[in-house]
Amino acid sequence: MKRRASVVVIGGGISGLSIAYNLAKLGLDDVVVVEKRYLGSGSTGKCGTGIRQQFTTKEHIMLMKESVKLWEKLSEELGRDVGYRQTGYLWLIRDEEELSVFKENVNIQNKYGVPSRIINVEEALEIVPYLNPEVFIAAAFCHKDGKASPFKTVNAYYEAGRRLGVEYYTYTEVRGMVVENGRIRKVITSRGDIETDKVVNVAGAGARKIGEMVGVNIPVENYRHHIVVTEPFQEFVKPMVIRGKLYFTQTERGGIIGGIDMPEKPDQPLRARLDFLEVFATNLVKVMPILKNVNILRQWAGYYVMTKDNHPILGEAEKLEGFYIAAGFSGHGFMMGPIVGKLIAELIMYGKPSVPIDALRLERFERGELIYERAVIG
Amino acid sequence: MKIVCRCEDITYEEILEAIRSGYTDIESLKRKLNFGMGPCRGRICIPIIVKILARELGKSVEEVGYPSERPPIIPLPLGILANGEDREEKS
Ligand SMILES: Cc1cc2nc3c(=O)[nH]c(=O)nc-3n(C[C@H](O)[C@H](O)[C@H](O)COP(=O)(O)OP(=O)(O)OC[C@H]3O[C@@H](n4cnc5c(N)ncnc54)[C@H](O)[C@@H]3O)c2cc1C
Ligand code: FES
Repeated sequence: MKRRASVVVIGGGISGLSIAYNLAKLGLDDVVVVEKRYLGSGSTGKCGTGIRQQFTTKEHIMLMKESVKLWEKLSEELGRDVGYRQTGYLWLIRDEEELSVFKENVNIQNKYGVPSRIINVEEALEIVPYLNPEVFIAAAFCHKDGKASPFKTVNAYYEAGRRLGVEYYTYTEVRGMVVENGRIRKVITSRGDIETDKVVNVAGAGARKIGEMVGVNIPVENYRHHIVVTEPFQEFVKPMVIRGKLYFTQTERGGIIGGIDMPEKPDQPLRARLDFLEVFATNLVKVMPILKNVNILRQWAGYYVMTKDNHPILGEAEKLEGFYIAAGFSGHGFMMGPIVGKLIAELIMYGKPSVPIDALRLERFERGELIYERAVIG
Repeated sequence: MKIVCRCEDITYEEILEAIRSGYTDIESLKRKLNFGMGPCRGRICIPIIVKILARELGKSVEEVGYPSERPPIIPLPLGILANGEDREEKS
């Protein structure tokens, strides 16, 4: 294990792996990633695979537009397939009231160059056959949205980073940090100390705790979300389909992956709930009756790390030089991985990222400058 | 060539190569190669792969451990489960 590094990245999920890779790509040859379990063991490996630009704020739309550009070339850039497929997001609209909201959203998205549109039931059935036409009156579709494989992406970033000299310490937990005269001096891990003056806190559900180690309050809360995968079958659910709080799509392997929001208190242990399976199955079979004979294979749970305004916290803490944060992705941090890695690496190396992220700084919560996002799903 | 995971078509050589290239714990090895995710849910291959990993690392099978189990153990059809609450409320 290295005893000195120019940057220590805490957390081996997509955010940390992408940041480390991008730092190395920009020329840093002594970046270290510290991960308490295995790479991808946090929310990244538990996630729903979806990648979309159909958001409702400028901040999210601009980030995701840039992120999708990176996803489109990611397999090529990293030299390994990440399973990215641009199969769209299809949002089923249930009634007139929802329709007017989606029309407004599509207007905002189009204004920022995202090619989403409202389509009718027949058009939706052409994109995804076997949908129950009784349960929606129209749909919003963006063909530039899509999905990718979390573990292929994790492995691709890991291997590309390793080729550029990044070192990864798995099963190594960060337990504290030493700060002297307002600067970080070292990171204390379960396997020894690493001297550094720059730390990136991408610890996902552990981000708040990492902040506490240096007296920086990171106001995020961890909410458990459940998800299932079925046995594989021939592919006909290509896009991510969303209806209300239900989302589902087919993975590359052919199984349905999907979930539905359940009421949960924060910080529940990651244990599966049987009532979730029932609620999910009920809603899924209603939307696509043909699936009723398909077997569920596995169920698991992971955390959405939520901020008050459902937007991530990105940037350097004002209170502590060299302490960078990328956390609180509020259920859509997988899709943001590529752009977050690029921007945080640019911020660290050049002091200024190529897409402005000032509005997403931690201090917005103290200043009451929150951003409001309506669409928190998939 | 020897196939270890029949459901997912993963060979002995692929497993050795992955272990030697640094996937040295059962969870990340599983995710690298995707074994144990087939219709048998790993009942056939996981015990064998745990043994291979233990042997390569010079550890015991207990030290290597089994991947975390994710319910349901027995596959259930969606239609049988579909008697839960209809979640229709608005976001
Ligand atoms: C059910 C579900 C479905 C989702 N669906 C989607 C989706 O469709 N699309 C999408 O974009 N997003 C989705 N998300 C959200 C997405 O998974 C996360 O936003 C994203 O993975 C966050 O990545 P990360 O790298 O920031 O955090 P994580 O992947 O959580 O990584 C953080 C890592 O830090 C490690 N760590 C924590 N504390 C310490 C410590 N003290 N020392 C060392 N290491 C530590 C953890 O072990 C973990 O591996 C979903 C999430 C869930 C739970
Ligand atoms: S043999 Fe590996 S999953 Fe069935």
